[in-house]
Amino acid sequence: MIWDPYHECMDLEQRRELQAHRLRETVARLSANVPFYRQAFRDVDVQPQDIQSIDDLSLLPFTVKDDLRDNYPYGLFASPLSEVVRVHASSGTTGKPTVVGYTAEDINLWAECMARSIGCSGGTPHDTLQVAYGYGLFTGGLGLHYGGERMGCTVIPMSSGNTERQIMMMRDLGSTILACTPSYALTVADVAADMGLQPGDLKLKSGIFGAEPWSESSRLAVEEKLGLSAHDIYGLSEIIGPGVANECSNKGTLHVFDDHFVPEIINPETGEVLPDGEYGELVITCITKACLPLIRYRTRDISCLHRDICPCGRTHPRIGRLQGRTDDMLIIRGVNVFPSQIEHALLSIEEAEPHYQLIVRREGHLDVLEVQVEVSGEIFADTVRRLEEVEKRIAHAIRTTLGISVEVKLVEPKTIARSEGKAKRVIDLRKEE
Amino acid sequence: MNERLTKQVSVFLENKSGRLAEVCQTLGENGVNIRALCIADTSDFGILRMIVDTPEVAVRCLRDGGFSVGETSVLAVEIPDVPGGLGGVISLLGNVNVEYMYAFFTTVEGNAVVVFRVTEEEIPTVIKTLGANNIRILPAEDVYSL
Repeated sequence: MIWDPYHECMDLEQRRELQAHRLRETVARLSANVPFYRQAFRDVDVQPQDIQSIDDLSLLPFTVKDDLRDNYPYGLFASPLSEVVRVHASSGTTGKPTVVGYTAEDINLWAECMARSIGCSGGTPHDTLQVAYGYGLFTGGLGLHYGGERMGCTVIPMSSGNTERQIMMMRDLGSTILACTPSYALTVADVAADMGLQPGDLKLKSGIFGAEPWSESSRLAVEEKLGLSAHDIYGLSEIIGPGVANECSNKGTLHVFDDHFVPEIINPETGEVLPDGEYGELVITCITKACLPLIRYRTRDISCLHRDICPCGRTHPRIGRLQGRTDDMLIIRGVNVFPSQIEHALLSIEEAEPHYQLIVRREGHLDVLEVQVEVSGEIFADTVRRLEEVEKRIAHAIRTTLGISVEVKLVEPKTIARSEGKAKRVIDLRKEE
Repeated sequence: MNERLTKQVSVFLENKSGRLAEVCQTLGENGVNIRALCIADTSDFGILRMIVDTPEVAVRCLRDGGFSVGETSVLAVEIPDVPGGLGGVISLLGNVNVEYMYAFFTTVEGNAVVVFRVTEEEIPTVIKTLGANNIRILPAEDVYSL
């Protein structure tokens, strides 16, 4: 169902006016309340009255994760702590966590966006929503929880873990929507099968899966095993948590609720805004938040924007399935290359997901990209001619998608180092020169 | 027809020193005896093809050892051990595309044994042609115990 037809299906011109008005107010509040932004706006010489339309967003400076760390814990809050009713924090992979705050209005707006996400995923007030995201500092559990209550679902606050108990409740209470990470959904499916449950013992009809990247093949696997329709949800705690964007029944892209969170795609190297449809770094501006309205926050996630109107009736723009992180991006002879693009090219050749590794080196003044692919399963052949054909097909598929020539080298299985189940995808030897 | 197809075990090897030794060691430790072999190589990789006495054991232990292993059906053909013997048999095969072939170390009743690899589709043609010319294809069981 469409939870908030007025905002979700708003006329585009009307929404642009709303966005301009909200952005202007946000810039004014930040100039008044947050020294960091006052200085940042002064540095680029922008006043609130300079914001005439949402296109003027590009006049504003970017915010990066380090700005949050440098102002740890509350330096970027635009509301006094007396008005802050909750904090969440993301696990910092390096050093301090990132602490984010919410006023009562922020919690309300978050619940609204989450109700929209649940609606996008096929949910209605008649559903029983089992929340198997972790509850706590992580935004997943409480985000889904408040959204479910706002929608009017019967919410089961299971949190993550204890899978057998999770499945018992799912069966006994007749949960119709499961919200968790996609990898946990696969675990649930496997344990349910081990417990001897038959398809039909569970009443699940849809899944809201996010907080980690997942592939189309995992979607098919989880849909088949649990008999549900799997929807991708996107969000990050710096912006609000889950509920920034969600897939509707037209799978493959996610609606961004841009009356609150305005998306842009930029070239991560130059900061220049890229045309619709081109892949680059997703940048989001919060235009309605009270406590932490970040301006042009660089998510480091790679996606693209689609603005054509979705058949579902929502007029929000859509982001493409996330393609990895800018941290993994390589520049080969001036072309931006993401490991996930190589993976797509490899998937077009083989049914199974192959193990590969990218090695970049410089020969003279030229960058050379070597793609090492492990020979296993269907790639194996007992004649040199067929193996050389495989190498040529892989090189051709990559040249067609990326427009660059690569050297393909077949290697033995398990050659590529795996750490914690994930392979190290990129070795850039240029940095050592 | 199936008993006339011999199972060949093939292994993908990078051109790195010591890899061939590791394959042979793995087979030896699992009591697998190599009856015939050949290697095809490029500058980057090679393919080792073998006829062994227990192909199932060989495939399992090599897979467990982390090698990329395949099984292919080949024909073990008895060829008169005289000048022109091999040429005569090949000329019988005419239009058939022989992908590769290699010989056993031992002879059978004075005849050489040569392994032929042709495409799956062409196997029936080859069996028919050789049969019509009284050229014997060794049954798999006999090949493994050669």
